[in-house]
Amino acid sequence: MARINLEHIRHAYGERPKSEADYALKEVHHEWNDGGAYALLGPSGCGKTTLLNIISGLLQPSEGKILFDGHDVTRLSTQQRNIAQVFQFPVIYDTMTVYDNLAFPLRNRRVPETEVDRRVNEIIDMIGLGGWAKKTARGLTADQKQKISLGRGLVRNDVNAILFDEPLTVIDPHMKWVLRSQLKKLHRQFGFTMVYVTHDQTEALTFADKVVVMYDGQIVQIGTPAELFERPSHTFVGYFIGSPGMNLLPAQITGSTVALGTDTIALDFSPKVAAGAKTELGIRPEFVRLGREGMHVRINKVEDIGRQKIVRAEFAGKPIAIVLPEDGEVPADARVTFDPSAINIYADSWRVGREA
Amino acid sequence: MEKTWNNKAWFMVLPVLLLVAFSAVIPLMTVVNYSVQDTFGNNQFFWAGTDWFTEILHSDRFWQALGRNLLFSAIILSIEIPLGILIALNMPKKGIGVPVCLVLMALPLLIPWNVVGTIWQVFGRVDIGLLGFTLKALGFDYNYVNDVFDAWVTLIVMDVWHWTSLVVLLCYAGLVSIPEAYYQAAKIDGASRWAVFRYIQLPKMKRVLLIAFLLRFMDSFMIYTEPFVVTGGGPGNSTTFLSIDLVKMAIGQFDLGPAAAMSLIYFLIILLLSWIFYTVMTSSDEQA
Repeated sequence: MARINLEHIRHAYGERPKSEADYALKEVHHEWNDGGAYALLGPSGCGKTTLLNIISGLLQPSEGKILFDGHDVTRLSTQQRNIAQVFQFPVIYDTMTVYDNLAFPLRNRRVPETEVDRRVNEIIDMIGLGGWAKKTARGLTADQKQKISLGRGLVRNDVNAILFDEPLTVIDPHMKWVLRSQLKKLHRQFGFTMVYVTHDQTEALTFADKVVVMYDGQIVQIGTPAELFERPSHTFVGYFIGSPGMNLLPAQITGSTVALGTDTIALDFSPKVAAGAKTELGIRPEFVRLGREGMHVRINKVEDIGRQKIVRAEFAGKPIAIVLPEDGEVPADARVTFDPSAINIYADSWRVGREA
Repeated sequence: MEKTWNNKAWFMVLPVLLLVAFSAVIPLMTVVNYSVQDTFGNNQFFWAGTDWFTEILHSDRFWQALGRNLLFSAIILSIEIPLGILIALNMPKKGIGVPVCLVLMALPLLIPWNVVGTIWQVFGRVDIGLLGFTLKALGFDYNYVNDVFDAWVTLIVMDVWHWTSLVVLLCYAGLVSIPEAYYQAAKIDGASRWAVFRYIQLPKMKRVLLIAFLLRFMDSFMIYTEPFVVTGGGPGNSTTFLSIDLVKMAIGQFDLGPAAAMSLIYFLIILLLSWIFYTVMTSSDEQA
């Protein structure tokens, strides 16, 4: 178990990166606490896996240093770093039995056989493959194979961190939930530092204490699920987290007044916005109130998704989503108001603080 | 809809049946026909029963040739298979090296067999051949025309040069199909280079290796052109393999009956050995 420091890490897959755009991973500088459960969340190709492989040592960063508990491990191999990693698609040694598969990482490290036996049996019970121990791994289903991959990561109890690279992609939805809770349980029990890569926000938000949102090769926000929901620090976070995502409306800001088309809203703070910056107002669909007072809005469509209704409308020429409770009414001459405390202001996609 | 049951489907296989009949069954039956009869020309045949088979199976000449064949196959398999794996493991996986290596590997396979024989026949000559002349100049007493050992070494080296590529290409195809994640996982699991080979690469190559093994066995067991061109079966009878002996008997001596009987025995041996290898190898595959 270790605290992980990433110091000014950058990575480019090409030989000589010329511009910022050549970097698959733009500068990352961050400390990950010992025993924390982190989720790396972002769309495909945003650099999540690159960052993960840099931590595990499968990839050498082009620039920067990695420290485990203050020791520089940048040049150390994966084995020397003592990291476990689980990959997106199951990797099994299909000529070995299930038992030998799980024992493999331990035997490679010359762990005494009695200890191997104890730990392997523990893991086999945990992943529920007790009856398969003596069978070859070849005939198993995809999710059984992935459980073995997970098990090989978990069987080593002295690791500095366990990294998961979208490990539940191939698993059935109901098993996903079960495995995720087992991982959480293990995390609480042993306090591994865990880093979990995913593009599924539900998975990220339920698994992690801290979610690291990545976009276009950089970390745009690190925060608890609540922080990501209430105060997205980048328009991408607003749009990516939540279903539907945050409404973003082009806005003109003068002092503490925001002009949205012909309407104006008074803010309870004056955002400091540099001249010439592209300014936007962000409001989550959950905080838009639909009623008979406020600003004009044209309703296009109402989607009933069971527990709530999503109203698709047009506001000041832009599409806007509004979440209504299941019994909420849509008035004929609909108008909207925004919950003032839930308004976020963005300048060039980055959030402008309330405190400013 | 009601399914109609009739035998029309048989007409569909008729073209293939005809093709196989003319290409395999009819020639084979002609051989069978010769093997049980005696002839003195003029299309006059006399029933000979199993006489020729008995004669062949009791001749030292046959058993010696068979022994040479088995020895030759055993030697070239034990060189070509490990060497092929070794080369395949060290071939580049990406970049400009891949096409370069693949073309280099494919070259020997593209050369007609009698040309391969001629190349080595000239290459090994002590008067004008680069290899023979050099060896002689270095003081080695090398002469594949007179020396049994030298003749065998020449044929084996030639076969290895000619056919190891096939094993390499098949193994390489097996190796490149292994996803990168397997190697990454092996690193994470702390696997040694040997463990990676034993538990990841070898299992993935197993099927192609089986094919390589069978192809090389059958081909080497039927070898004719190259030794015929290089040594002509000599010195003495030391490189007279079954195929060479067969041709001598059939075309040289015009003993059609014994030659036909020998062809059939030869054919059955290859069939039997291939079947044994195949069964043994695939059953071990299932157990694993």
